[in-house]
Amino acid sequence: MADSTGSDVATVDGTAAKADHQARPIFDLIEGFVHELRNAGLPVSLSENIDATEAVRHIPIEDRNAFKYALAATLVKNDAHWKTFETLFEVYFSLRGREYALDPDADDPFGDFDFDDDPSQMPQGDGGQGGGDGLSPEELAELLYQALLNGDQTLMRAIARQAVKRFAGMEPGRPVGGTYYLYRTLRNLDLDSVLERLMDQARNKPEEALTPFQERLEQDEYEDRIDQLRKEIEAEIRRRLVADRGAEAMAKTLRKPLPEDVDFMHASREEMVMLRRAIYPLTRKLAVRLARKRRHKRKGPLDFRNTVRHSLSYGGVPAEPKFRHPKPAKPEIFVIADISGSVAAFARFTLHLVYAISNQFSRVRAFVFIDGLDEVTSFFESSDDIAEAIHRVNTEADVVWVDGHSDYGHALEVFWDRFGREVGPKTTVMILGDARNNYHASQAWITKELQHKARKLFWLNPEPKAYWNTGDSIVSEYEPYCDGVFEVRNLRQLERFVDNLV
Amino acid sequence: MTHRFESIDAVREGLGEVDYLADDSTSGIVYLADRLEKPVLVEGPAGTGKTQLAKSVAEMSGARLIRLQCYEGLDESKALYEWNYKKQLLRIQVETNEGDPSWADIQDDIFSDEFLLPRPLLEAITADDPVVLLIDEVDRVELETEALLLEILSDYQVSIPELGTMEARQIPLVFLTSNNTRELSEALKRRCLFLHLDYPSMEREKEIVLTKVPDISQNLADQVARIVRSIRQLELKKHPSVSETLDWARTLVLLGIGTIEERHAVETVHILLKYRSDIEKAIKDFTANSSQFEATQPASAAG
Repeated sequence: MADSTGSDVATVDGTAAKADHQARPIFDLIEGFVHELRNAGLPVSLSENIDATEAVRHIPIEDRNAFKYALAATLVKNDAHWKTFETLFEVYFSLRGREYALDPDADDPFGDFDFDDDPSQMPQGDGGQGGGDGLSPEELAELLYQALLNGDQTLMRAIARQAVKRFAGMEPGRPVGGTYYLYRTLRNLDLDSVLERLMDQARNKPEEALTPFQERLEQDEYEDRIDQLRKEIEAEIRRRLVADRGAEAMAKTLRKPLPEDVDFMHASREEMVMLRRAIYPLTRKLAVRLARKRRHKRKGPLDFRNTVRHSLSYGGVPAEPKFRHPKPAKPEIFVIADISGSVAAFARFTLHLVYAISNQFSRVRAFVFIDGLDEVTSFFESSDDIAEAIHRVNTEADVVWVDGHSDYGHALEVFWDRFGREVGPKTTVMILGDARNNYHASQAWITKELQHKARKLFWLNPEPKAYWNTGDSIVSEYEPYCDGVFEVRNLRQLERFVDNLV
Repeated sequence: MTHRFESIDAVREGLGEVDYLADDSTSGIVYLADRLEKPVLVEGPAGTGKTQLAKSVAEMSGARLIRLQCYEGLDESKALYEWNYKKQLLRIQVETNEGDPSWADIQDDIFSDEFLLPRPLLEAITADDPVVLLIDEVDRVELETEALLLEILSDYQVSIPELGTMEARQIPLVFLTSNNTRELSEALKRRCLFLHLDYPSMEREKEIVLTKVPDISQNLADQVARIVRSIRQLELKKHPSVSETLDWARTLVLLGIGTIEERHAVETVHILLKYRSDIEKAIKDFTANSSQFEATQPASAAG
């Protein structure tokens, strides 16, 4: 109703009195947090910022979880950005909650561990007060084993703290990233053999023998718990780093690219997994969009026959003109991809994307090369699982001719000899690679011939433009004969290219 | 104006009573939606209970659910309102038969409430009783049509050129769901609270199975949840949804299976997965892993 703004004030006044004296600092806090989010590349608008401030007034301030979700719901509107948000949230607010404060007398680390919460979990023997430091490594390992066996969250958190304290070797002001500390801690805990031991235990339970299938499920369960432990350790390291360097500095080092901006050529293993996850929804989205675009294309020329037929219902007046539906030509795509080490990931994602939308093309054929060249179309056509096909490409294709170093010249020669006559005026050829030719002959005349015969010839290069034509990169020799040479370093650029291709 | 919900916990309990097990973020955001009078945009994979959330909220608060199913080509005459032109024509005809009314009279007359056919959005705005408005699969409408929703979502009003602006008699709770087949416009997202509903955690899924499947044993529900979690970790075209998990659990109960063994899983996995390649992958994963264990088992038993 009209008084909706009036009622707004009324709704707040219950909580307002309580919230008002807290409002200023909270407002500043959120302001700062939004700033960090924007720095990390998340788009946060002004009105969303205001919404967040409004939202937290309705949330009991001591409920950290609710506080987090209130901010997420108002500030982050894309699921892919959730992880970035979560990390930043942990960093930014890690020292502001009471229960998250670092122990003031950090020299006595086991003092604040909540072992008293659950006396049944006390380690036998050496269980005395504040005995954390007194634990021998073996005892700590035993404790860890028990915690994982029982899935005891509290104990796991305590162990994570102790392990970081003991093994990470963190020193104030040391300019090392969190991953280094994580590595050191995990190496000392040796989680692989702990898992082994847990599985042995499960297998040798006296009461019943496990079927292999149950065993597998047990393993999944323990792996999940170990994963949780790992997260606890990460959080603990982060917490200590924040304490050392301050939240703002820490947030800066954590600024990770969003999945769509991750560079193909320099993705870490973790980022690769993230990319592989991201590509599924991306292909689906792209396919829907392209199909729609095709359907909504402008109408074709006037369909005279149809118009006359429909005019009969208006007494012969052609009141409703009818148009032909255009039949946009579907191009045939030839993908020629370099799959040597440095650019393999790029080739994989491009092939994945092209095949995922292959119904937009009349035919897709794929060729891969290093210094030899092989056609791999059949791998994709025999299976409807693209990931599986790409795996086969990497293991089965016959692409090495002499030494397994990229030789664009020879690869193109083989292509021209074996498949050149199949390139026709409907064919769009895409060459994927960094054009680092290891100083072999370029054979650029082949690209010239290809351009002549094909509808279009594109070259996609996963290297930053600044590196082109440096060292053994010979992009410029091929460039004059291509209809376009594009820098495609991340999913965003790849998506844009494929979108325009159709 | 009174609020629908007392606290976040009240939301969770209320939803629990109508058999919807909400997690922290879900109940928190439903609560906020009521307090801030903002729509909720629910996004996530198919079959995680997005639509059910709106239904359950309606059920728990005793409100009427008005549903607008979106599809390509949806326009304002189907979403907002339409003039009942046949009735208007009839009216004009009656007037002319009666004598000689002025044009202005007729015009005032035929563009009145009586000739207006409310569609879901207008209906939700003009309702006197409490309503929950569900705009389902909003990602299916074209980008241009999205703009239709903006006025109602931010100001809870509808402008009809002939009548002026209709304001809401009460603020409805609005849920929009999206399968994320395309990026929604910034303008729409900005006006909404965002809730991502993902597959539930193992414990929560187990609880869901226990509430929704009668006669299931603790043990079986636990196994079902674990196996589904394992399957979701594979790289599949389509991961099993919660409703598929429930179907599977029901099937197992009907078959009288107390403890799932490998062959049961292999025989019934087609209820969880709908693509041939996915099914093959899952079966391969089950059996491959167990044979690997068989190989290692004697060695570890000896050690």
